[in-house]
Amino acid sequence: MCENQPREDAVRRVIEVIARTQKLPLETVTLDKTFEDLKIDSLDGINILFALESEFKIDIPDEPARQMRSVHDAAEGVKKLLGLVPTEQ
Amino acid sequence: MKRRVAVTGIGVVSAVGLNFPAFWESISHGETGIRPMTLVPPGSLRFPNAAEALGFRTEDHFDEKEAGFVDRFTQLAAVAAREALAGYKPNPDTSAIVTGTSAGGQTTEDENFHNLYAKRERVSPLTIPRVMGDAAASRISLETGITGPVYTVSTACSSSNHAIGQAYWMVRNGVVDAALAGGSEAPFSLGFLKSWEAMRVVSPDTCRPFSKDRRGLILGEGGAMLLLEPLDAAVARGAKIWGEIAGFGMSSDAFHLTQPSSEGAARAIRAALADAGIQPEAVGYINAHGTGTTANDATECQAIREVFGGHADDLPVSSTKSMHGHALGAAGALEAAAVLGALAHGILPPTANFTTPDPACNLDVIPNQPRQEQVEWALSNSFAFGGLNAVLVFRARL
Repeated sequence: MCENQPREDAVRRVIEVIARTQKLPLETVTLDKTFEDLKIDSLDGINILFALESEFKIDIPDEPARQMRSVHDAAEGVKKLLGLVPTEQ
Repeated sequence: MKRRVAVTGIGVVSAVGLNFPAFWESISHGETGIRPMTLVPPGSLRFPNAAEALGFRTEDHFDEKEAGFVDRFTQLAAVAAREALAGYKPNPDTSAIVTGTSAGGQTTEDENFHNLYAKRERVSPLTIPRVMGDAAASRISLETGITGPVYTVSTACSSSNHAIGQAYWMVRNGVVDAALAGGSEAPFSLGFLKSWEAMRVVSPDTCRPFSKDRRGLILGEGGAMLLLEPLDAAVARGAKIWGEIAGFGMSSDAFHLTQPSSEGAARAIRAALADAGIQPEAVGYINAHGTGTTANDATECQAIREVFGGHADDLPVSSTKSMHGHALGAAGALEAAAVLGALAHGILPPTANFTTPDPACNLDVIPNQPRQEQVEWALSNSFAFGGLNAVLVFRARL
């Protein structure tokens, strides 16, 4: 359980950042939602990336940024950049 | 009665040439001015390259005291205006000046605010007169003595096309007998560049409009000014005539702050064609907005398809931003200079840095090599953030 804690914290914080920047009720931002479901467009997406970089003190390069089209993508992308999941071969 | 309007002077300061002949020499050979940035510290940005007007030195154009009053964006416009006039003095009472800029004197603002916040220094009393968007138009008015309508248009990346279009209408409708019109931009301050970095639309390498592997725009600086006169008057005084401006159309997408819309772009193109009184099939070349971003290029090609239908297959379209960069509020003016060069010399400038065709941009984009082709009618598109569109129609002097 304990070794999952940092990953779960990261996911929770990603959800909080998305909810905060998009002025959405926290409970509506769930891992099964796409950005389209949440009416998050390209400009909103840039704002979310910027807020995630500040929150986690990371740099999100353009390529992983382009892959982030859903709450799940954002959470996975951030976990990868934090080294919380093994990088793909 | 509507008068025909000739372009009798062109002045340019850009990354591909510090005057119009040098600019045209580069553009007509597909030579790009995109290089490693020098005006901001290296390594401070995700993107290392830009299209700077290397070799442009304030002291070559302004004495020491004057230089203190003019931000770089004003300098670029004023020097371009001097070249466009080439010593000609239009009647000051019946002439206009219309300039475009997106960010005005933001480098001055950046420097002074940095001094205030970071160094706890005072802000220069010249900050306001250097930063204000109309400083370039005002400077040209002071230099030429022109006292007619003088103003500035700021519609982000469409600024110059809006400026040239309105000046064209004033000359056409007899409001004035001559106009200097164009625009300038000096975007290279760290604060402004960081803002572009955060938008994630600047390419980490180069600008490849319409290529499948395009990665964004490359910022450029520059200034370009055109001298417009009634065609009859230009002929009567034996002026060099580079071509005519023959139509102008505008629209707003009313769709999104930054996402482009093909429908809005198509409306501006149709409005320009209607203003010129020509059919789409008459158009022989389009200088595209062609920023090199994923969204712009695909949307613009869709708009061209919507307006030109089957003729789009036979219609050469290129983006000279691949060479002079995206100079924002100066873009339309630089591209007007490129179109006028093309019409006067019978050479269509290419889209440089092209690699792989993109099915979403399946037009004849004149990849990499210029083309010997004399066309009569040409368009120049500008589609701005904000969804504000401005399209000019040019006609060759055949």
